[in-house]
Amino acid sequence: MTLTDVITTGWRSGDTKRPPLFLVVSAVVVALAAFIPVVYLAVRSAGSGSEWVDLVFNANTASIFGRTFLLIALVTTISITIAVPVAWLTVQTDVPFRRVLSVASVLPLVMPSFVMATTVIEVYSPKGILQGWLSPFGVDRLPAIYGLPGATLVLILMTYPYVLLTVRGTLRRMDPSLEEAARAMGYGPARTLFSVTLPMLRPAIAAGALLVALYTLSDFGAVALLRYDTFTSAIMIQYETSIDRTLAAVLSLVLVVVAVFLLLAEGLTRGSGAYHRVTVGTVRSARRVALGNWKWVAFGVVMVPVVVGLIVPVGVLLHWLIRGLLNDQHLLPLLVPARNSLYVSLLAAVVTVLAALPVAILAVRFRSGLSRVVERSTYIGFGLPGVVVALSLVFFGINVARPLYQSIWLLVFAYGVLFLPAALGSLRASLLQVSPRVEEAAMSLGSSQWRTIFKVTVPLVMPGAFAGGAMVFLLTMKELPASLILSPIGYKTLSTSIWSAASEAFFAKTAASALLLVFAAGIPTAYLTLRGHGDDSEKQKREIDLEEAAR
Amino acid sequence: MRFPWSKPTDSSVQQTQSGAVSNPSLSEDTGVIHLENVECSYRGSDRPAITGFNLQIRPGEFVSILGRSGAGKTTALRVIAGFEQVSDGYVRVGGQLVGSSFLHVAPDQRRIGLVFQDYALFPHLTVEKNVEFGLKDLPKEERANRVKPVLKLVGMSGYEDRYVHELSGGQQQRVAIARALAPDPVALLLDEPFSNLDRQLRSALRRDIKQIVAETGATTLLVTHDREEALATSDRIAVMGDQKIEQIGTPEDVYQNPVSAEVARMIGPCELIPGVYRGGVVVTEAGVFPTRVTNGTSLSDGRQVLALMRASELEIEPAGDETQRTATIELKEFEGEFSEYSVKLDSGTVIRVRKRVANGMEIGDRVRILPRDDAAVIVFPA
Repeated sequence: MTLTDVITTGWRSGDTKRPPLFLVVSAVVVALAAFIPVVYLAVRSAGSGSEWVDLVFNANTASIFGRTFLLIALVTTISITIAVPVAWLTVQTDVPFRRVLSVASVLPLVMPSFVMATTVIEVYSPKGILQGWLSPFGVDRLPAIYGLPGATLVLILMTYPYVLLTVRGTLRRMDPSLEEAARAMGYGPARTLFSVTLPMLRPAIAAGALLVALYTLSDFGAVALLRYDTFTSAIMIQYETSIDRTLAAVLSLVLVVVAVFLLLAEGLTRGSGAYHRVTVGTVRSARRVALGNWKWVAFGVVMVPVVVGLIVPVGVLLHWLIRGLLNDQHLLPLLVPARNSLYVSLLAAVVTVLAALPVAILAVRFRSGLSRVVERSTYIGFGLPGVVVALSLVFFGINVARPLYQSIWLLVFAYGVLFLPAALGSLRASLLQVSPRVEEAAMSLGSSQWRTIFKVTVPLVMPGAFAGGAMVFLLTMKELPASLILSPIGYKTLSTSIWSAASEAFFAKTAASALLLVFAAGIPTAYLTLRGHGDDSEKQKREIDLEEAAR
Repeated sequence: MRFPWSKPTDSSVQQTQSGAVSNPSLSEDTGVIHLENVECSYRGSDRPAITGFNLQIRPGEFVSILGRSGAGKTTALRVIAGFEQVSDGYVRVGGQLVGSSFLHVAPDQRRIGLVFQDYALFPHLTVEKNVEFGLKDLPKEERANRVKPVLKLVGMSGYEDRYVHELSGGQQQRVAIARALAPDPVALLLDEPFSNLDRQLRSALRRDIKQIVAETGATTLLVTHDREEALATSDRIAVMGDQKIEQIGTPEDVYQNPVSAEVARMIGPCELIPGVYRGGVVVTEAGVFPTRVTNGTSLSDGRQVLALMRASELEIEPAGDETQRTATIELKEFEGEFSEYSVKLDSGTVIRVRKRVANGMEIGDRVRILPRDDAAVIVFPA
């Protein structure tokens, strides 16, 4: 999503204008704030003397490195293999229930990884539900789910929607005449796919793969529950067990370096070709490929990840809920965490969008060296796992910002740093759609830069602000490690109460909170997915024009 | 009709705007808009978009800048409006210096009405709110009093509560003009205002706008690449070559006396063929023609020149026995009031000739080309 915005074209104004001071100041403040965690980690690690060398270069760390990269490689590869065909089937073919499928196939995104992990354990463990169903066929034990297989499965289900969304966005925007041109030049359907369509998708796949890799790198819930040790769990162990938390800081810094390396690798795959349409004019929608007898097979293919990643987990949760209710477990204590979750997520969404706004305006409208640096530095949250941000803010809170420590503001700050790129991405995309001529019109009518921004620019990017806010809300609802570390003592959110209920085997509670969470997160997701389907105003305008010409 | 609230646009009584510096050397007839030797470059480009640019517009005048795309005409407009900073020269609006290498008055301080190529209406506001946007300093009741007559003037009364996407392209343009006129600007600038409309609509709107502008008496500068548009609407036309204005004058004057081959090409369809100047005539492949010069240069015998061939200024007749300097009719297009012949010279150059009465000449015939009524042909030194 966020990175693919880079490849879409849009409005940019000339670079001769000077940005108003208030805009620069607020954007720079946001960028500096986003950098606090990293800076603080570096300061902290530097204080550890030579100890960090031993820690980073010991055999245990090397093995964690190896395991983490193995997981990233597996998850990324398989996610791409699933997402690209699903994207193609739901955009360019006449697969049955296409609209329903295109929403459903993204929905696994709403499952928090730790919820997905608990249900996967329930279903696929050696003596789990699946084994129960298979026992009539003589299967009395399934292979072990803990470790690499389980972690891979959970993370694939969690992350393939990222690739799906980026690829689908590009497929939708792609000019069908490119493919038609290839066909006209005598390329068969298969050759067209491999020589035109797939190369055009390369940047989208790379952007999606980056999101998958970064997510896998930063996930804590799934790997912890499935007992597969990666960087994040190692850091968590260091944080929880040792008195000196410097080592956790050092490991976090290593994790940041890995994330930055991934970000750079994605940049390299993009190459120098232009991937947007070069010509002007409206995009025709492509004629969909008729699948004929294959269309129910295609339907099945698209449904597999939906069933495994959404229907089965939700089914398991419902099963637990009913069983728990029958056993008289109480749900009432859930009200407080639910309210807390909603409150803190809304707060995070509003704060993050407000922080992203000056950065987005500066980056899109007033392009300069400074605005580029400011924009890039706010993208740091992309590469920062929640564990890392939370840890460094704990240090920061204790040593520097004592009044904030143990308040929800530090928690909201962590969410802001983590999810600023998401808000920035949709604001940026929305701003690129607004012609700078409209702002110039305001100024030619005697409106100052200030007034123009508030009366024209901001109202026009409201759709982007809502989309960005919805995204931040969704991500905040699901977030676990930062919530665990930074929540004030006794302040429970849905995700932290699921975590504790799951580890204490209160299944009904787990199930109820998880269902609540999935439902609350599902609303913004559905909004985000359905958005952009109903934009017919352009078409309508052309029709009025034709009518007038006819008169 | 002038609006009751309109201030006189005459330069000598224009109030000083904040930030503007009055220039002691200002003469009385500086004009509403005055660009003097202006240069403007975009960052990242080693070549200025306009340079040595001079233009002066008098109160109430309708001036068009005609130029090819990329000639810098939109840059000139943006310089006047204040969206681009000049690196050299002086920009004056209403007699006040607003732009130079050392001074730049912000666009919102210039009181210039601007109509953009894509109209740039505010999509989140209604028609009424769009027009009201520039009236922020007025009390609320007075704003309404101003919006009404302006919308009436552009023929958009009754559309106050519509949103922009509910309007046709032509209606959007009317609203854009109303919006620009409402705050009583010093001058109105129109950037290719008709290019987004289809042909039929274009000429109708052109007449409407000309009338609206005439009614308000607004000083207007139109930028266009369409010569018909420029010829039909303007009191004066400024023809732009590369980076600067080549010629400025009334449409008739510029059409009849283009000062360069480039201006001639831009102002009307024509062909320029090489020839040699010899004592008052030009000898070309198409024939020998009497000449005249429009840009004051004196030509010596034997000088290489370009002769301007325009369909309406030429005549053809059957070649008879002659074989020297003749041509072949390649195409004949009957246009109702006249027929247009495409005549191919032996070198392959095609010249168009317009004839009122077709006297039996058909495709394939050999013909001689003559100046109509023995009129002189314009020549430019090659």
